[in-house]
This record gives sequence, structure tokens and C-alpha cells, in this order.
Amino acid sequence: MTESASHRLPAPAGLYLDRTQSVVLRFEGQQYDAYVGDTIASALLAHRVQIHSRSFKYHRPRSVLTMAGDDAGTFVQFPDIPNVRGDVTAVPDGVEVTGQNYIGSLQRDWLSAVEWVARFLPAGFYYRAFYKPRGAWRFWQALIRRLAGLGKANTAAKEIYSDKQYRFADVAVIGGGPAGMEAALAAADAGAQTVLIDDQPMLGGALNYARFDADGESGHKLRASLIDRVSEHPHIEVLSSAKCSGWFDEQWLAIALANRLLKLRAKSVVIATGSLAQPMVFRNNDLPGVMLGSAAQRLIHLFGVSPGQRAVIATANDDGYGVALDIADSNAQIVTVVDLRHSPSSGPLADAAKARGIPIFPGHTIVEATGKKSVRGVRIAQLEPDGQAGCATIEMACDCVCISVGYSPAAQLVCQTGGKLKYDDATAMLKIEDLADTGSFAAGSVNHRFNIGAVQSDGQYAGSKAAEHAGFEVSSFASEEDPLATEQNHHWPIFPHPKGKDFVDLDEDLTVKDIVNAVADGFEDLELVKRFSTAVMGPSQGRHSAVNTLRIATRAARRETDGVILTTQRPPFSPESIALLAGRSFQPVRHTAMHFRHVEAGAQMMSAGLWLRPAYYGARNAREACIAKEAHAIRTNVGMIDVSTLGKLEIRGADAGEFLERVYTFRYAKQPVGRLRYVLMTDNAGAIIDDGVACRISDRHFYVTATTGGVDGVYRNMLRWNAEWRLDVDITNVTAAYCGVNIAGPSARTALQSVVEDVDLSPEAFPFLGVRDGKVAGIPARLMRVGFVGELGYEIHAPSAGGEALWDALLEAGRDHGIRPVGVEAQRCLRLEKGHIIVGQDTDGLSIPQEVDMAWAVAKKPFFIGQRAIDAQTIRPLFRQLVGFTLPAGSQLPEECNLTLAAGEIVGRVTSIENSAACGRPIGLAYVRPEMTGSGEQFEIKLSDGQCVTAEVAALPFYDPENLRQQL
Amino acid sequence: MKILNCPLNGPRNISEFAYGGEVQEMPVPDAELRDWAAYVFIENNTRGLVREWWIHLPTSYWFIAERNTGSNDVVRTYPADELYSERVEFGSND
Repeated sequence: MTESASHRLPAPAGLYLDRTQSVVLRFEGQQYDAYVGDTIASALLAHRVQIHSRSFKYHRPRSVLTMAGDDAGTFVQFPDIPNVRGDVTAVPDGVEVTGQNYIGSLQRDWLSAVEWVARFLPAGFYYRAFYKPRGAWRFWQALIRRLAGLGKANTAAKEIYSDKQYRFADVAVIGGGPAGMEAALAAADAGAQTVLIDDQPMLGGALNYARFDADGESGHKLRASLIDRVSEHPHIEVLSSAKCSGWFDEQWLAIALANRLLKLRAKSVVIATGSLAQPMVFRNNDLPGVMLGSAAQRLIHLFGVSPGQRAVIATANDDGYGVALDIADSNAQIVTVVDLRHSPSSGPLADAAKARGIPIFPGHTIVEATGKKSVRGVRIAQLEPDGQAGCATIEMACDCVCISVGYSPAAQLVCQTGGKLKYDDATAMLKIEDLADTGSFAAGSVNHRFNIGAVQSDGQYAGSKAAEHAGFEVSSFASEEDPLATEQNHHWPIFPHPKGKDFVDLDEDLTVKDIVNAVADGFEDLELVKRFSTAVMGPSQGRHSAVNTLRIATRAARRETDGVILTTQRPPFSPESIALLAGRSFQPVRHTAMHFRHVEAGAQMMSAGLWLRPAYYGARNAREACIAKEAHAIRTNVGMIDVSTLGKLEIRGADAGEFLERVYTFRYAKQPVGRLRYVLMTDNAGAIIDDGVACRISDRHFYVTATTGGVDGVYRNMLRWNAEWRLDVDITNVTAAYCGVNIAGPSARTALQSVVEDVDLSPEAFPFLGVRDGKVAGIPARLMRVGFVGELGYEIHAPSAGGEALWDALLEAGRDHGIRPVGVEAQRCLRLEKGHIIVGQDTDGLSIPQEVDMAWAVAKKPFFIGQRAIDAQTIRPLFRQLVGFTLPAGSQLPEECNLTLAAGEIVGRVTSIENSAACGRPIGLAYVRPEMTGSGEQFEIKLSDGQCVTAEVAALPFYDPENLRQQL
Repeated sequence: MKILNCPLNGPRNISEFAYGGEVQEMPVPDAELRDWAAYVFIENNTRGLVREWWIHLPTSYWFIAERNTGSNDVVRTYPADELYSERVEFGSND
């Protein structure tokens, strides 16, 4: 059941409304009819529902202040979204909207009792009151978080789809008001592809709601002609309801458009974001019904809602008379103007107001608003020559108070480009200073142009400058300072009241006294006042509190206001949802050529960098048994492992050998063709960064493997060094071009025999550490005899396209020998049994070859990367060494990184640990002190649960110490 | 987001590049340890114009950028062979 909208004005008021389509607003359990185009706040005010929210600290009733999404007064809660800006959010048809931050109801909030103790809760009280005794904060924090705050996050909310899009433009214009439209037209006329970004549903800016002349017609006419020209221009793209929240280096803009984040790169940018009407400070200036004059005009012209029947307008410029005329033209009964100026100007708007018989109180101000849940009246007083309000007051009944005492440039984006906002006494306004030469230009009221003609020519000027910066030829424009800039702002619209409630920052419930006290406590600098009092740190980020805070704090510190620089402005300018920043997740995954064979065989896949590798083949609940079977197959018969993820590099050219000598520690210049050698790479500090093998294919050609995770860095390093050395060598990363299978076990040779062509597999013809090119199952392949898992084995590399065929052929060839596919888990255990280290697991950023028993791989030669650092460390004793160790059978297994102890002192950590079937006990690698490396030495390992086990140092390798099996 | 002008690929977003450290002359292999330590561990951290190694990651192309570290303006980018045109020798491996 809905009530009628008693405060709805007839058309043509309500530019945004589609009166042919109704929607229903459900708010706090009630239903209200509304039109498409209504926001939550406009729909509520049409029904004269005035309490939209409760304030952050004192739970005071709040309502519309700006009607522009720039304040927290209309924050409401959606089921899944807190802190929705009710004044700019369309009525969500059928969604249950509630107030937030109250106990009881929005109308009767029990927490408003907090206000009674307000004098015990001055700004900064958190920092002082609740820290003693020690630990007290834990208790108070929970309570304060319940009492103060905003909406509630729904942690069970459904994920919202969002994504990102990249856009490009010659010129981007931010702001769809008269300056922005003129700028876009000027840039587009010069030939620039121009994007016009406007946060409103319709272009026009202030032309949509403000009054520029006595009959209110000139704004409409200008609006219509500008919109016509913009929408017909072939070079202009308009983005409406699009919020530009950040300017980043080189004209890169973040723009929120519905569920999409646009990343727009422009060659130049015009910032025509306008200015923010500023509030006045007096007692109870936060009561529902007290709003900015521009908010009242937005209500009337955009939403067809009457702001009130009896209005008092407090003004210090001619725009206040425009507000008075607009309200008088709606259905108001009484309109009164209180002009802070002693001698109001005689502009056309003021003259028209006088002619209409609107009573005017010059040289007066409002000192207090009265009423409990909404404004019921005001007290006004004459202004003394010193700018203070006099004691004698006149009472006036009203249901609406409109403020028009000045503007502040909406220059946050300008500040993000590197410009600064400096207070200027001549205009009593912040002013852009030091706008860096970045290709960004400010235009319109953000740039201190207020007369509509000055705004238009400033827009044209900025648009043509932007086009020129983007490389287009332009005819010359000029823009001159607007003399009207000095007639906008009252220099001190602040009237503290002895009984307080004179709010400076409505977000944070801060009064004049809070700011003055912050300064009295020694926080004199504006940045410190901000942090101590939390002024300007609320949801509206100082849009309506920064200027008055600056004025009050500066005067309290007995400093000059002229030239004071506003606190730093950072992105985002307007709030962005995290979902929008996250967008869709793009996590690349690499599959080997045989990936689907593993999946078909029931493998459990695991990540290895970006790759997926089979961990083991079989059910999750049979993990240990599967791994044991796989390891057993290799030790007794034959197994095969997909090693396609290994890095593969081709090094070709006359200097190929010389190049390897320089980037690896071992010797390669004289390495015979058809043989492979271990490679160990160190960095400039001598630390191990990669290993693999180098196969000599010809005098001028090496085929080199690298670790799965290391190859990209190795390849990059190689290119980097050769950019300096200029050797005759070509380096190519062919990792993805080849797949690899390691087939190993005592039966590997006989199994392979049936499918290999053009290669004699006999040990005499193809010995350990040999490399041969031939064919496997008809597929061109390179065969390498490596000691990967310590058995007779061949690593077969073939073009990736042949991966599945190769896999199938090898499985078939090994069938009679009991071949099994083997996963990473078994592979790691088998390699640990052989004492092979894993770079990056058994080494860290400081591991030098001597520490990990790799001194044998460091050759004496003229130069390699890391040589001097390794040499330097041989002349001093080692700090630690990697050793093999065993634990008694049945011991609780330590985890990697558990600490190793000697006599209670930390001496290192466990780096690898496996339960070895071949050894019949747990085996591992660990760092210990160099004097503890003898076989049989004992040390302690501290387990994750705090218990210790005793480990015994064992010679490496654990399995087949003579390395006979791999050489068969 | 900053744009870097890759000498091979033209202007690209900075997210496509990685920094490779200041351009420094490597000491000869048998130079004083002090010189080696300075080369390996000490960055000059100059405020002003600095020559730096940068790589365009998708194409693995290394080049030199001259950047003002005070203003973060990249003054010039060019191929590494402008600085390194001679083959560097360390002694024979034969």
C-alpha cells in the first residue's frame, strides 16, 4: 500500500523522470510509488520522508545535503551492498532498502542517546581515552565498532559480474557541463577523436538545474543547443553515468561505467568537473531540510520534487536569488532570503527576486536551525562589522533552508595530475596552482570561471589546447580571468554557537570546537589536524568540509589563510567497488602436450608455476599407495614421467661454447659433440639461480635445459648479458615447442628398443651422458641419457605436436615390462634418494655452490657470472652446508623449513623430506653448520608441534652410492 | 599508467616492461674485491638523469632508457648497441 507523493511537482519539472513508468520503492518496511528516473532520496522526499540516515557518531537524523552523491546524508543499505548513495542511486524496483547504523528504527534510533554524552567524546578521543589500562582497547573497540559506523557488509553476498575494457581517445573531456561540452566541441572541431565523460544520466551539468537569468530560459536554450551539437558531432563519443575516479600517468583514466571499469588512454585531457557548492556552519546545520541551494534546484528541476513550502535561503552571491526564484516558482508559500552581504549586488537574479516581492534581509545570517527530526525554523541575526553574528535574533518558521555561500573547485582530478589547491584570499576560494605541463587542462568553474560566458570560452580554450597537445592544428582561442570569481564566496560563513552542534564535517560529526581543540592540542598543520580530528576523512572526503576546516584551523593557529595548500588528494575521486577493480580473473594455466592423457589416466594434477603436472595417478584416498607403486616401477622395471615443463633453450652460433662458458660455472668450449654436461648458473653474487644440462649438437649448437620455474629468468639473463657482450650467438626459448618424456628403470632400454629408429641404444654406442638424434615411433626425437632418477634412463624430447603419440607409443612399448606413468611426487622422492637438489627449494637467494656440495661444478676459467663472488667466499669459512640426513624408521616426518638445532641453537633448516621406500626410512636435506657434516653426526629437528626428533647425517646419494645403476 | 617507448615495439604500457637495474660498467675479472662489491651490491641511487636497463617482456627485448629519477620522466630510449658496440673479451677458454 503506497501513499501519494504529496511533494511531487508537475511537469516540466523533473528532467530525469519518465512519468509514464512507475516503480515502487521499498524502504524501511514501507512502500512508496516513484517514477523511473527517481533516485531513492528524491522518491522519499516526494513523500516527505525526511530521515534517510543516521550520522556516524551521534546518530543524528540526516537527509539530502547535495543531491549529487557527494555526501553521506542519504547512505542506505541494500541487502548485498552497504553505503549506497541514495541521492544518486536509481530506485531499485522491488529491492528492500533499509537505513543503517541504528538500533530500533531509523525514525527512533536508541543510539542517538550517544549525543547526551557528546562532550565526553571530543575529536581524537579514541587515541587518548581507551588505551589505559593496558589491553582496554580490545574491550572498547568492540563496543565502539557497534556504536559508530556505516553500513554492514554482507559476507554471504553473491559475486557480482564485472569486467574491464581498454579505450583510446585523442582527447578525453571529464564533465558534461557547459565547459566540458564546449571543450569537447572545440577539440572535435579540430579533428580530435573525443570522449566526453559525464557522471550524470544526461549532459548539461549546471545547465540542467541552475538558473542563469530572471525567467530561467537562457540556461535551457544553451543546454539544448550544446547537447544538439555534441550529439551530432561525428568525432564525439559521450559516456553518460560514467564516473572518472582517477587520473594516472600519461593521461590514463579509470572510469566506472555500470559493471565495467574502462581504462581510457587519451593523448590529452580536459578536466571540467565543475565546483562543489559549500555549506555554512551554524547550530543544527545538519537537520533534515537544511541543504545546499544547488540541492534544492536539483530536486526541483531534475526530479520534480518540492524542497519545502516555507523556505529560507542564506546566500552570499547572486545564485542564492536564483534558488529563491526557483522555489518561488514551484509551489512554495513563503520564500525569504538572508543575504550575508551588507549591500547585495543588483544583478538580474536579485532584481527579479526583489520585483517578485521576496523579503530580503541584507547583512544577516542564520545562527541556528531549530527542530528535532527536521528543520522547523531558523534564528537569524545581524552581522557585526567584525563578521561575527550579533546576539539579537529573529525567529522564522520554515521547513527548508537552502545555503548558497560559495563554491570550491572539484579539482581532485587536477590534483592527481600534480596540480595543487591553494587558498586564495581574494576569492575566498581554493585555486588551482602549479598545474604541471602534463597535457591535462582545467576548464570552467573548476578553473575559477563562473559567469556562463567565461565558462564557455574557457571550455573552448581548454578544448583547443588539448587538441593542439594531441597533435591537431587549432585556431587560437583565449580565456581570461573571470572578474565574477571574487563575488562567489563568503570569506567566513562560519558561525560557531556556544551550545555547539555547529557541524564542520557532517561525515564524522565534527564541530567547530573539535577543529579548534585539535589545533590547541598542538596539531597546527592542516595535515595533522586532518589525521587527529579525522576531518575530511569520511565518505565525502572533504568535499564540503575541507575549506571550512582549513579556515578554522588556520585561524586557530593564528596563521594567514592566503596561500595555505590543501591536504593531498589521491585516487579514487569517487568510490569504486572492489569487484570493479578485481574484474574477471585471468590466471593463465599451461598444459603439456600430454595433459589430457594424464587426465584420462586419472592423475591428480598439481601446479608447477603456471603449468599443471600429474602429482600421482590414482584416487586421492590412495595417494601413498599410488606414489609407492610408481616409485617401485622405476626402481624395479620401468616408468615414464612427463617432463615437458622443463625449460629448453637453443644456443646457436660461432660463439655458442664461449657464451655458455660465461653464463654457466662448468666447462663447455671443448665439450664433445654428442655429449651432455651439467649446467649450473649463478648470479653476480655467486648464488645458485638455475641448473640443467647442455647437449652439444654441433660445434655451433647447444641444446640447454633449465628448470620449469627458472627458464624465463634464465632466458632473460642470457639476452641481457649478450646485449652487453655482443657475442656471435643466437638464443631462443623453445620450451613450448618441445615435449619431453623421461623413461627410466632397469628395463628402459629393452622397452625403448622396439620403438626407436636410427639410434643404437647399446651402452657402447650410446653411453651415459650421451645425446643422440633419431626417431621414436616415427616422431623425430632427441634422446639424452641422464641420471634423472638414478636408473638407466632416457629423456626423449620431441616436437610438442607429437606429444600424445609419443606418450601412447612409449606406454605400449613398455606394456610387457610393467611400465607405469609416474607423477611428480614419486619423481621427487626418487631424485631425493639420489641427493639431487632442487634449485629454489634446497637453495635460497644466498646459496653458493660450496654450500650445496657443487664445488665440483665450478671450473677454473677466465670468467663466468658470479665467479669473483664465489672466489671471494672461498677464502673465508662457510657459514652453513647442505647435508643429507636420515631419521629412524617410523619417525614423525618434519616439514620443509622446520629448524635444525645443535645444542639448542638454530643452525639451519630442513629443505626436502621424503619417506623413502628404497632406504626404508625418512630421508632429507638440511642446512647445518659446516663442522657437523660428517656421516653419523647427529642434530635435532624441531617439528611444527614443538617436539624434536634426532636426525643423523648421511652420505649422499642415499641410494646406489656408486651411481652404477644409471650408467648401465 | 606510464608509457615507455620501446625502441623495437614503440610506445607500450609500463606493465609490459621490467626494470633491469642501472647501466654500470662491469669490473675486469681480477679487479679489486672492493670494486666488485660496489658493482654487485651498491646502487648509486642518483637523483637526476640515470641510464637504466629495461626489457620489453613479451618480446624479451633489452634496451636502455635515460630516466630522470627526480621527475620520473623518461628522456630517451635506445637500443643497447648504442652503448655496447664492441665484442667484450675475457680471455681464451681453449
